[in-house]
Amino acid sequence: MAEVAPAAAASEVQASGARPGRVSGIVRAALRWAGVLPFGAYVALGLAAPTVAIAISAFQDSNTNAATLSNMDAAVHGTYFTGLQNSIELSIVCAVVPGIFGLLVAYAIFTAKRGSALRRVVVTASGVFANFGGVPLAFLFIASLSTTGVVTGWLKDISSADIWNPSALYNVNGIFLAYLYFQVPLMVLIILPALEGLRPAWREAAQNMGASTWQYWRYVGGPVLLPSFLGCLLLLFGSSFSAYATAEALTGGTVALTSVQIGALLNGNVIAAQENLGYALALIMIVIIVIVMVIYTVLQRRAARWLR
Amino acid sequence: MRKSKAVAVVMAAASTAVFAAACGSSNSSGDGSSVDWSKVTTLTSSGPHSMSALVQAAESEGQLNVITLPSNWANYGTIMKDFTAKYHIHITDAIPEGSSGQELQAVEREKGQSRAPDVVDVGTPFAVEGAGKNLWAPYKVQTWNNIPAVAKDANGDYYGDYGGYVAIGYDPSKVKVPPTSFKSLTNPAYKNMIGLNNSPTTAGAAFAAVYAAALANGGSYGNITPGIQFFAHLKKIGNFVPTAIGGPSTVQNGTTPILVWWDYLLASEVKPVVPGFKIVIPSDSTFASYYDQAISATAPDPAAARLWEEYLFSTTGQNLWLQGFARPIELSTLVKNGTVDKAAYDALPPAPSGTLTFPTDAQNATAENVVTQDWAKDVG
Repeated sequence: MAEVAPAAAASEVQASGARPGRVSGIVRAALRWAGVLPFGAYVALGLAAPTVAIAISAFQDSNTNAATLSNMDAAVHGTYFTGLQNSIELSIVCAVVPGIFGLLVAYAIFTAKRGSALRRVVVTASGVFANFGGVPLAFLFIASLSTTGVVTGWLKDISSADIWNPSALYNVNGIFLAYLYFQVPLMVLIILPALEGLRPAWREAAQNMGASTWQYWRYVGGPVLLPSFLGCLLLLFGSSFSAYATAEALTGGTVALTSVQIGALLNGNVIAAQENLGYALALIMIVIIVIVMVIYTVLQRRAARWLR
Repeated sequence: MRKSKAVAVVMAAASTAVFAAACGSSNSSGDGSSVDWSKVTTLTSSGPHSMSALVQAAESEGQLNVITLPSNWANYGTIMKDFTAKYHIHITDAIPEGSSGQELQAVEREKGQSRAPDVVDVGTPFAVEGAGKNLWAPYKVQTWNNIPAVAKDANGDYYGDYGGYVAIGYDPSKVKVPPTSFKSLTNPAYKNMIGLNNSPTTAGAAFAAVYAAALANGGSYGNITPGIQFFAHLKKIGNFVPTAIGGPSTVQNGTTPILVWWDYLLASEVKPVVPGFKIVIPSDSTFASYYDQAISATAPDPAAARLWEEYLFSTTGQNLWLQGFARPIELSTLVKNGTVDKAAYDALPPAPSGTLTFPTDAQNATAENVVTQDWAKDVG
């Protein structure tokens, strides 16, 4: 969007070329930018300032505020390194699996008639479920799937064999399961506009030229959709990378995850005087997310070529 | 919500300004008391530093800022109400559900503001951290000598207030064999039954439970590793349910019918909602921990802060804690003097015999780091 604005502005200036006066032009430009001022202030206060504060604290001693690299050193060793590894691995799995599953669901409702009840229900429900998380979500899973859970009871009733071991809920599998709950609907919501960008005319044209369904997806639909799909995966990655309360509530710190560790360092009642190690971990997370966002932007730019 | 909060802040600021003006005028009118209460470290029986002078000064401040005191925790709701009724001092309780870490952050960040905390109630590691940063004003309450030496800073920067023992609570309707000790928790009958309140890397109670388990399994204050190994073993045999939301609801719904927690929290939070709930202090480990009081060195209401401490460590304050199932630090003195609230005292499991001991600050810090580094690796 950003690079479109000057071009539009230029054409507007040309169109109003008859109007004289450089000053009024500057005023008009200033007025145009005044519109983004609230947003600019919001970004500066809500995003830039905290980021700078985190970056500074990350390189200061928690007690003396002296400059140090020890926080960063600790952040990439021992349990904190394991935490980063686990967080990245979990987030990749929690992006790819719900990504594929969500794409299939979205495609199913995309092919349903536009405005049909099913479609409206799925989209609305996705909007609700995608925002459900935290401790309530963890409790939902515990109430359903723990030893005394409702679903565990049903599974026991229908089968004498041990098909579900409730202790699986409290490790990384449990986190994955809980994350699916909000990641799949999130994927449905964000991939649907891309699917809607696939114009029926393309498919008809391909079919007229004798393309099979496979060939259509291989040479037309797939390549058009791919940048959007990968972009959505990156959003899902960010979503599970930053998730915190659900994992904490389910596993009680037995799975090392960076977001949970930051919580323990900053808000915990046990580890004192290591706040800045938390900031160091936060800074590493920010760097990873920035990399993800840069890739996302590049992919979006590619995807935008077809979605205009 | 947001709006009403803003209004409250403005009103608080305005009222503080009025009080400040009132104080100023009363001082200049010359009643002889130009005491800087922020520098007073103990009371004298008479003169400008007497209890009555403190009460007068605190009442003219008229305001006390506390932080992270849940009204259902250790009877704080009643304690605050009673204090306000007695001294006509309004109490503002910032972030009632906050943590010790947040208390320290608030003291540091709000320095110089009228809403900054006057007093804190923090876990010992945080009291020590605050002392290292010179955040506390040393003060010794009148009953200073009744606080065991191991539970206070010799300089008076911080002092133990209330606490309890790591205990095992269980619901007898689901747990047929009563657990008596940490070692007994390895019983295969307890499969998928045993929980902690939270992660030991986050919650003081869960951390204490791991420490207590260490003492029962050949560890010591200097060596918490056997405690981690113990829970790793419980997890391996399927007895330990590592959810971080252990509490009344997980006991009620059967997720963790056995809960290792502070005795006073099992008594105050779980027992009222689980019929027949039993609490035992494990026979193979006695691990006590007390929270600490400290006065902020930059308290905006220095006299009210000192009066609050005097009140908490009075017989009334100590018994009020006891009525909230928390063991006040001067409990043994109350028992000896016969001033203890008998009914409240009998509601807690009997205290283990022997004198109180605690890990040193250095041992505690080492244990924190060991648990932080090894909990996920060994138990996960």
